[in-house]
Amino acid sequence: MTTLIIAEHDDHSLNEATAKTLTAAKALGAPVDILVAGLHCRAVAEQAAQLDGVAKVLLADDEELAHRRAEPVAALIVSLADGYDAIVAPATASGKNVLPRVAALLDVMQVSEITKVISPTVFERPIYAGNAIETVESHDPKRVITVRIAAFPATGTGGNAPIETVGVPTDTGLSSWISADLSTSDRPELAGARIVVSGGRALGSAEKFNEVIAPLADQLKAAIGASRAAVDAGYAGNDLQVGQTGKVIAPDLYVAVGISGAIQHLAGMKDSKIIVAINKDPDAPIFQVADYGLVDDLFSAVPAFIAALKG
Amino acid sequence: MKILVPVKRVVDANVKIRVKPDGTGIDFANVKMAMNPFDEISVEEALRIKEAGLATEVVVVSIGPDKAAETLRTGLAMGADRGILVKTDARIEPLAVAKLLKAVIAAEEPGLVILGKQAIDDDSNQTGQMLAALLGWPQATFASKIVLTDGGATVSREIDGGSETIALKLPAIVTTDLRLNEPRYASLPNIMKAKKKPLDETTPEALGVDVTPRLTVLGTVEPAGRTGGIKVASAAELVAKLKEAGAI
Ligand SMILES: Cc1cc2nc3c(=O)[nH]c(=O)nc-3n(C[C@H](O)[C@H](O)[C@H](O)COP(=O)(O)OP(=O)(O)OC[C@H]3O[C@@H](n4cnc5c(N)ncnc54)[C@H](O)[C@@H]3O)c2cc1C
Repeated sequence: MTTLIIAEHDDHSLNEATAKTLTAAKALGAPVDILVAGLHCRAVAEQAAQLDGVAKVLLADDEELAHRRAEPVAALIVSLADGYDAIVAPATASGKNVLPRVAALLDVMQVSEITKVISPTVFERPIYAGNAIETVESHDPKRVITVRIAAFPATGTGGNAPIETVGVPTDTGLSSWISADLSTSDRPELAGARIVVSGGRALGSAEKFNEVIAPLADQLKAAIGASRAAVDAGYAGNDLQVGQTGKVIAPDLYVAVGISGAIQHLAGMKDSKIIVAINKDPDAPIFQVADYGLVDDLFSAVPAFIAALKG
Repeated sequence: MKILVPVKRVVDANVKIRVKPDGTGIDFANVKMAMNPFDEISVEEALRIKEAGLATEVVVVSIGPDKAAETLRTGLAMGADRGILVKTDARIEPLAVAKLLKAVIAAEEPGLVILGKQAIDDDSNQTGQMLAALLGWPQATFASKIVLTDGGATVSREIDGGSETIALKLPAIVTTDLRLNEPRYASLPNIMKAKKKPLDETTPEALGVDVTPRLTVLGTVEPAGRTGGIKVASAAELVAKLKEAGAI
């Protein structure tokens, strides 16, 4: 049969997480459709249609789907589920919110955050903050899967899939959206960035975090990340937390500044290609995973790093 | 209004687990166990709502072996009023947990159920959403702020790119994120008092729920390890190494 992907987007542009999810979905070996659910989001459907190897794009464009609340989006996906034997979403905040709801409505046990497709019913997924990898086989009539996007490359463009409009079930009105507080930044998005500079508790204040980390990120054209301690203390936004319970990323270069390297933090970045750590404690656990460690006070080391980069 | 808080017994967050060499799972021998940290945040939030006079009772429920009673006692020592243990030694998946909780909720009729967004053992991040689906209730996952209103709740949620605020009609499901609150420690007198608080036991069979797993675990292995690299003496050497490696 067919696989359905739930597109990640903001009504204007298709997020790269979708193209990465497509790579995982294709490994299931069946044709792949993409559902774009939102409001005034035809432009997104057109972008999805260009991804390579998509059979068709379903466009659900409705007032109720603005802000993609879990209840109406899950109801929509369930209304389409008959035609599919696998439903796949990226393990983004939105995918994690909606897909388990879909799984339960279909009486299916979801396979969360897969990192590898072994067969259409057998998957690898990390457990215990990535300290163990479990291989699981699903025995449900359908598969409901979220995909760890850092584990899959993005599928390219070149396709020209047809776009089909689908109807939307009536919402039960049990929830309503009030407001959003979204950060705007010209920097690359943390989840897909090639280079990430992360700051930890050692920065000491939001001002210092910005003063020290931002210029290095600018110089490297990097996204900014943070440890939980830095986010808890208000030095950085919650969406910048890297780790087991934040974002899991695998950039080409990860620079950890004043971060100790707790298990939970490592879970979010240890698959980075190259890891750099700057920490004044030579015994900090972060050095056990770092390719290049600099034992120094970050407040002098980071400016020196920037100066050396400028050459 | 009654608040129900499901709590899970997991390996303590500070423990680095070991995978059994034969690939059959995690080695639990002599490993320190604790309440899932997100569930502590859930218990704390329920207690604060009760202390603000907006709830009358906080009930903690756990699904697991005999020892899960210890986790319930931790919740009772924090201040919950009552505990329910759904006793089973089987491997219980999130879908089955949601079904068991649904059965408990049918009897308890809480106005609000607060769960952790994920358990730090299987990292599934499913149970709250699944429970909301089975009950036909609205959900607010990854909560960083909960404000109870007349017959509803206004919840701020941590999402990609920032946060959003949504309103739910009660009864509802909320799952907690790290920034919601800082859980209290149980005081010694409260730990003593908790021993006398009511703790009921039931079983999946008594609740009429089939908990047969839908996933078979074929194997568990350690991830490919990463070895530490080298220490560089200066920022200049660091840049030279990064250039050599083609990273910049
Ligand atoms: C349920 C749960 C979930 C969690 N999820 C996450 C998660 O997703 N992500 C995450 O990051 N953490 C998470 N944590 C928290 C984690 O356990 C650590 O507490 C956290 O990562 C520590 O952050 P840190 O490294 O910034 O701070 P610390 O551990 O305090 O480290 C600060 C480091 O800075 C160094 N330092 C201090 N001053 C200087 C200086 N002037 N120059 C250079 N170095 C300096 C110190 O040597 C130290 O190594 C979680 C914890 C729990 C219980």
